[in-house]
Amino acid sequence: MVQSVGTNAPRLDCHDKLTGRTKYLDDLDIPHCWFGGVVYSSIPYGRIIKINFDPSFDWGSVVTCTFKDIPGKNNTVFLTQDQPILAEEYVKHVGEAIVLVAAPTKEILSQARSHIHIEYAASVPVLTIEQAKDKATLISGKDNILAQYCINKGDLDVGFKEAAVVIEGEYQTGFHEHAYIETQAMAAVPRTDGGLTVMGSLQCPYYVLKTLVSVLNCGADRVNVRQLPMGGSFGGKEDYPSLLGSYVALLAKKSGRPVKLIYSREDDIIMSTKRHPSIVKHKTGVKKDGTLTAMEINVEFNGGAYATMSPVVLSRGVIHAAGPYRCDHVRSTAVCYATHNVPCGAFRGFGVPQTIFAIEAHMDKIAEALGINPLKLRAKNCLKLGDTTQTKQLLRESVGAAQCLDTVAKGCSFEKKWQAYRRQNQAARGKKNIQKGIGLALYMHGGAFTGSGESVMKTEAGLMLQKDGVVRVLTGCTEMGQGAHTVLPQIVADTLGIPLKCVYCEVPDTDLVPDSGPTVASRTTMIVGWLLTQCAASFKERLFEFIARTYRVEKTALKLVRASFVSGSKRITDFKTAANDYLSKVGELKVIERYKLPPYIQWDPATHIGDAYPAYSWAADVAEVSVDMDTFEVTVDKMTIAVELGRAINPVLVKGQMEGGTLQALGWALMEDMQIINGHPQNKNLQTYIIPTARDIPDWRVHIIEEPFSYGPMGAKGIGELPLDGGAPAIVNAIYNATGLRITEIPVTPEKLLRQCAKL
Amino acid sequence: MKVKRKIDLNGKVTTITASPVARLLDVVRGDLKLTGTKEGCGEGECGACSVLLNNEVIDSCLVLFGQLRDGDLLVTVEGLENKRGLNRLQRSFVKNGAVHCGACIPGMLIAATALLKHNKTPSIMEIKEGIAGNLCRCTGYGRIIKAIEEVV
Ligand code: FES
Ligand code: FES
Repeated sequence: MVQSVGTNAPRLDCHDKLTGRTKYLDDLDIPHCWFGGVVYSSIPYGRIIKINFDPSFDWGSVVTCTFKDIPGKNNTVFLTQDQPILAEEYVKHVGEAIVLVAAPTKEILSQARSHIHIEYAASVPVLTIEQAKDKATLISGKDNILAQYCINKGDLDVGFKEAAVVIEGEYQTGFHEHAYIETQAMAAVPRTDGGLTVMGSLQCPYYVLKTLVSVLNCGADRVNVRQLPMGGSFGGKEDYPSLLGSYVALLAKKSGRPVKLIYSREDDIIMSTKRHPSIVKHKTGVKKDGTLTAMEINVEFNGGAYATMSPVVLSRGVIHAAGPYRCDHVRSTAVCYATHNVPCGAFRGFGVPQTIFAIEAHMDKIAEALGINPLKLRAKNCLKLGDTTQTKQLLRESVGAAQCLDTVAKGCSFEKKWQAYRRQNQAARGKKNIQKGIGLALYMHGGAFTGSGESVMKTEAGLMLQKDGVVRVLTGCTEMGQGAHTVLPQIVADTLGIPLKCVYCEVPDTDLVPDSGPTVASRTTMIVGWLLTQCAASFKERLFEFIARTYRVEKTALKLVRASFVSGSKRITDFKTAANDYLSKVGELKVIERYKLPPYIQWDPATHIGDAYPAYSWAADVAEVSVDMDTFEVTVDKMTIAVELGRAINPVLVKGQMEGGTLQALGWALMEDMQIINGHPQNKNLQTYIIPTARDIPDWRVHIIEEPFSYGPMGAKGIGELPLDGGAPAIVNAIYNATGLRITEIPVTPEKLLRQCAKL
Repeated sequence: MKVKRKIDLNGKVTTITASPVARLLDVVRGDLKLTGTKEGCGEGECGACSVLLNNEVIDSCLVLFGQLRDGDLLVTVEGLENKRGLNRLQRSFVKNGAVHCGACIPGMLIAATALLKHNKTPSIMEIKEGIAGNLCRCTGYGRIIKAIEEVV
């Protein structure tokens, strides 16, 4: 049996990407295409008094749209429908779209944009969580709250009574920019039947379709949404393309021409979503031996002007707030506030990096207070099979936390180094100019939608037989660099028993593929991959029936092995011949199925109690750093990662995910300092918003651990977001080990370290 | 006003007529329809637009077409394949899993090609330096570096 699962099968798209053949949106030659642009708010909050179209410009040469040109509803269709496509009376953040322009050339477009002047009556904006709380100005509802949750397990009073020590801490994180290399890019092309094709760089074709149908006030058959190859996303193209898709659709409708709109880096940074800044407070009761007895956690996110994905980002954040630890008495409260900043939305990790940063930095503080090694403290409390999480989810299988911890610790002699560095650095304080340190973080990430979300979604996927024994995978799941369009075919190929080269994913176009749910939430491999194994089983069944009939053999004895149908030791026919016979004699072979959650899942969304996710993936990071005590520059020398993800469908892709995501965490922890002052992003290009380069990378060591999950394809769980969750606290803990400086607010810039050092 | 340049483009003598103030990037992607070269920032920060001009890597978003001279040697990602298909460097990217979304990849290949032209045996540090002007948001760079290291 030639298996592809478990091998480093080359990505199916890499040849085209290496030769420049892959056509991203801007690479397409769309005949007669106009260029779109956005005129957006230059103030954080105020009323629009007037839009002035400077009469010195020839407005007949371009097309413009305001909210008045919207035939349907003026809002995106997400959980909360509060975000206008185009501002009407008020603007609530810098970068909020007001006027759209399309022009035949880029030059005319930029002239047109500069001849549109907006007059505002500016008001005092609400910018911080503190200001939002005092409700002097209301942005959202009666209390400026975009979402809130409270999770209760056990009894905090009892837990604190059992404690020998109570340790408190507060941890903060800042805005974080996706910085995908391909900026937001969409186009709308009128179809010959009068409908519209909207296409581009987007994660979730069916999300965009939902908004378009509402904005254009048309039937779903009047528009189709197609995903094109994407130059990175990381959550940044989950919700935002619903806006941009609406912009190009409106412009194309009004002009009657194809229109494409590709953001400049500056426009992208100003207008598109960010990761939510956070403040997380911990109050933890522990016994002398380190056993956690009570955890009181308070999470606050700054959501920006509109809800976008905030309700679910906050939910996922708070569900992970107690970390991968066992504790009988937990209360986590969480609130996301509206402010007049650019809306915060989906970003790889989805609220979890913030809460994991807090708990993992806090665990080191607890270890210090008790005089216990951070590794021992984690090992003592880490979740194991049969434990329950803070949402009272019973962990039935595939719980690799302890193994991850053990693997990373052994892999780099954590305890020994930690002690040695601590001693050396205490002795050398101030005298050595490079001090080394080592730090640890243990973390997890729930795969798939929360609770019963996966059944609510009605996730569908399918397979279709093509000529010559090729199998087409029908799924709305998108390839954005993560490897989905290689991993899903690998799963299908092995389930069927045919070579990988015979399987491919159809272009995710809403006219061609079913709604497999959005490509988010580390759900593609685990949920859609699982569903495809079911589809493959039905698909094979249909072929077996056909073969049994045609060749008069017993159906139950049939197998499909290495692309041949066999019965016992007898080879009946090959897959290619059978496929062509089937297509000519029976006709189409297409299987579409719907996902079913594991039967035991119970979830109460109101209390956030129950089986939050079908399964968690687990990981541990050890960061080894050098801190220059003259310049306070931090270098991460080595990063050892152990990850337990059920089954690695494609190990090299798994490692790539872990390294790439961890590097984003490194950037967030040390250098990515998105300053938004008075609602205005200050770092508007990649010169001032610094992301890691090849010079900044540590030596990567990734260990894969496999604890199969019964409801994952070949045992696999999710891996997309996990990599961003653990790097930052591991680095911050290593900095403490190196310097004795406990920084609780990332990014840890040299200035912050210097300030902290001066305080000592 | 347009000007004419006769250059060696990906191994073929080619005459190009374009505005002297057009960005080389736009000429390559637009006039020449070689869309493998990408734009990531337009400001010389990301390296996605890297091309080889006379064996030196340059950001084509910062160079104007008028700055080219007749006889210049221009190589874009489309010029890297050889008669048998992917060249050694490209194959090494495949083998090492160095490609994710692909947006940085043409620029990375160009930067690596330039590096290897000038330094046949670069150290890891030199490889890192060689591609430090090329941002990749996906891979963590490790596999790209390994891919380059393996062809040395
Ligand atoms: S596009 Fe030229 S350096 Fe970014
Ligand atoms: S592979 Fe996506 S930016 Fe490098």
